[in-house]
Amino acid sequence: MKYIDDFRDPDLAQGLARAIRAAVAPGRTYRFMEFCGGHTHAIARFGLEDLLPDSIRMIHGPGCPVCVLPVARVDAAIALATQHDVILCTYADLMRVPGSGFRSLTKARANGADIRMVYSVMDALAVARAHPDWQVVFFAIGFETTTPPTAVAVKQAAAEGLENFTVHCNHVLTPAAMRAILAGGTTQIDGFVGPSHVSAVIGTAPYDEFARDHGKPVVITGFEPLDVMQAVLHLVHQVNAGRCVVENQYARVVTAPGNAIAQALMAELFTLRDRFEWRGLGWVPNSALRLADAYAAFDAEARFALDLPRPTENKACACGDVLRGVKRPEDCGLYGDPCTPENPLGACMVSSEGACAADWTYGRFRRKAAG
Amino acid sequence: MSGHVDMSHGAGGRAMARLIDTLFLKAFGSGGAPHDAATLDLPPGRVVVSTDGFVIAPLFFPGGDIGSLAVHGTVNDIAMGGAVPHALTAGFILEEGLPLADLNRIVTSMAQAARDAGVTIVAGDTKVVERGKGDGVFITTTGVGVVPAGVTIDPTSAQVGDAVIVSGTLGDHGVAVMAHREGLEFGTDLVSDACNLNGLVGAMLTKVPDIRVLRDPTRGGLAAALNEIAQASRVGIEINETALPLRPQVRGACELLGLDPLHVANEGKLVAICAPERAEALLSVMQAHDKGRDAAIIGHVIDDPSHFLRMVTPLGGTRMVDWIAGEQLPRIC
Repeated sequence: MKYIDDFRDPDLAQGLARAIRAAVAPGRTYRFMEFCGGHTHAIARFGLEDLLPDSIRMIHGPGCPVCVLPVARVDAAIALATQHDVILCTYADLMRVPGSGFRSLTKARANGADIRMVYSVMDALAVARAHPDWQVVFFAIGFETTTPPTAVAVKQAAAEGLENFTVHCNHVLTPAAMRAILAGGTTQIDGFVGPSHVSAVIGTAPYDEFARDHGKPVVITGFEPLDVMQAVLHLVHQVNAGRCVVENQYARVVTAPGNAIAQALMAELFTLRDRFEWRGLGWVPNSALRLADAYAAFDAEARFALDLPRPTENKACACGDVLRGVKRPEDCGLYGDPCTPENPLGACMVSSEGACAADWTYGRFRRKAAG
Repeated sequence: MSGHVDMSHGAGGRAMARLIDTLFLKAFGSGGAPHDAATLDLPPGRVVVSTDGFVIAPLFFPGGDIGSLAVHGTVNDIAMGGAVPHALTAGFILEEGLPLADLNRIVTSMAQAARDAGVTIVAGDTKVVERGKGDGVFITTTGVGVVPAGVTIDPTSAQVGDAVIVSGTLGDHGVAVMAHREGLEFGTDLVSDACNLNGLVGAMLTKVPDIRVLRDPTRGGLAAALNEIAQASRVGIEINETALPLRPQVRGACELLGLDPLHVANEGKLVAICAPERAEALLSVMQAHDKGRDAAIIGHVIDDPSHFLRMVTPLGGTRMVDWIAGEQLPRIC
């Protein structure tokens, strides 16, 4: 397949692996955080760990939309679907994320709530058009990648006068999360494998502060295995040379200014929240979006009052530490027993982009072999 | 044939008798004396019995329908026991309102599939449920077959060093049905691979009677089939990603939807495990058969106390291939 096989070429991968092995300085350890769950998934799915020298440690970042959603917001989704006569539309990954008291949207649906999995926010709009007598809520999650489509849908709903459509907005911002991780100071990071699709929207400039102010090189890269390998090589070169710059390895998709149309839509439809709660990172200032006042009529948080339980998290769950890169999945006491993708106790075990799910699904034979 | 299924078609009266006579018996033939049960004369040997329920939506899909699928599914389960399938029974649960023309099409297709597989449908049952209590039609088939002398297919018998062979391209059925059901357009002519495999198995066992394990990777895909074998035989299995036969359309659809083709259902493929020295002979007889043209040796059995299925990726790394967890959840970014 053109544009797929090109970026999975075995010979090129082996060549990059050789170059990385030759480039790493003896006795030195390199800790690189791949921000995106897409990168975490690619590393696990293609077995890239086997191609990298032991001195390179990949730290899985928080770039998995359902993983960073705090329990209180999962509870809100469940409450929306169960306390009001609504059709709740959501991306599939959210269905099994545990909220307070082991509740989930999957269980709510089994108990009779009308919850529909959609591939796109446009499918949610179609549901709203087809059911004019029902309130249809789209539970919007994701980083800057999924935010512009939500903006388009709200604009479309406004243009059509679709009064039964609202959005429960949980869109979050990537640079704010990177800032929070570095400010936490508990994660040793020598550089970032930078987001790919997010960067296609926001461009490269938002990462300048991490190179300039924090001394962390950033290499924006794609989700294919050769992309990740090349980004690692570039990061090793930067660290060795003591350089800290933002490089764009993913130039086939990402431009320096990003997608101006998407940015304008986001600016028009959304307003920055003062702060937002993230699983693992806590309350992060200026890290998420809500609908702008001009579109408040489409804001589900304004339309539906919710009686929410006091959020309870499983104390033994280490998702928070895993999302900050402080712990590896296998360091969690619940990993594998009883927490598995079939029976997820933490969000990182749900999505295929979650660090725990990726490790359990693709990499746990290594733990067995080692242990 | 016009009209719709109504409650009287399952009530035991004349309407039901007429439906059986004009539709089912016409297609399947009347199997001798009108008992409530069929009597079978089977050749000597161990008898294999298998049953399977079919609830596929939509009822008609590219490459098949629920009727042919209900025959292939059970015929193949019997064949995977190393047996020659002889007869099937069929139970129908019809939903009130199902067009009789659709039912006729399904039953006709079922009869054709049975003829193609060389089995007879010897007994059946029809029930009707109220509108909204079913999804058109559900079918359950039960099959009977006999294992020829000298054949022992045993899912616990895979041994370290054995070869793992698949009979053709993976994931065709699941992707074809999913694309059709969801209205996803991939600009392809992909059709389900649903077909009977007893002819292929017969040819394989004639040439290599000491095949150790046979399995058809249906729900859960090849990943489930090989994980089950690894667990049952208390071994590990290592497969090679570059050796997997995959149609470009299936690869493309799986890439787009975030699915792993190893988890996608097949309805006309099998996986065979045999001693390494028999692998080439088995492969050549499979490739010479119409239903095994794309057969390939994809891996081998290894020693692994954890009984994991692992796969060497094209890049030279290794990863596990697990059972699918829950439903297949598409990625969102």
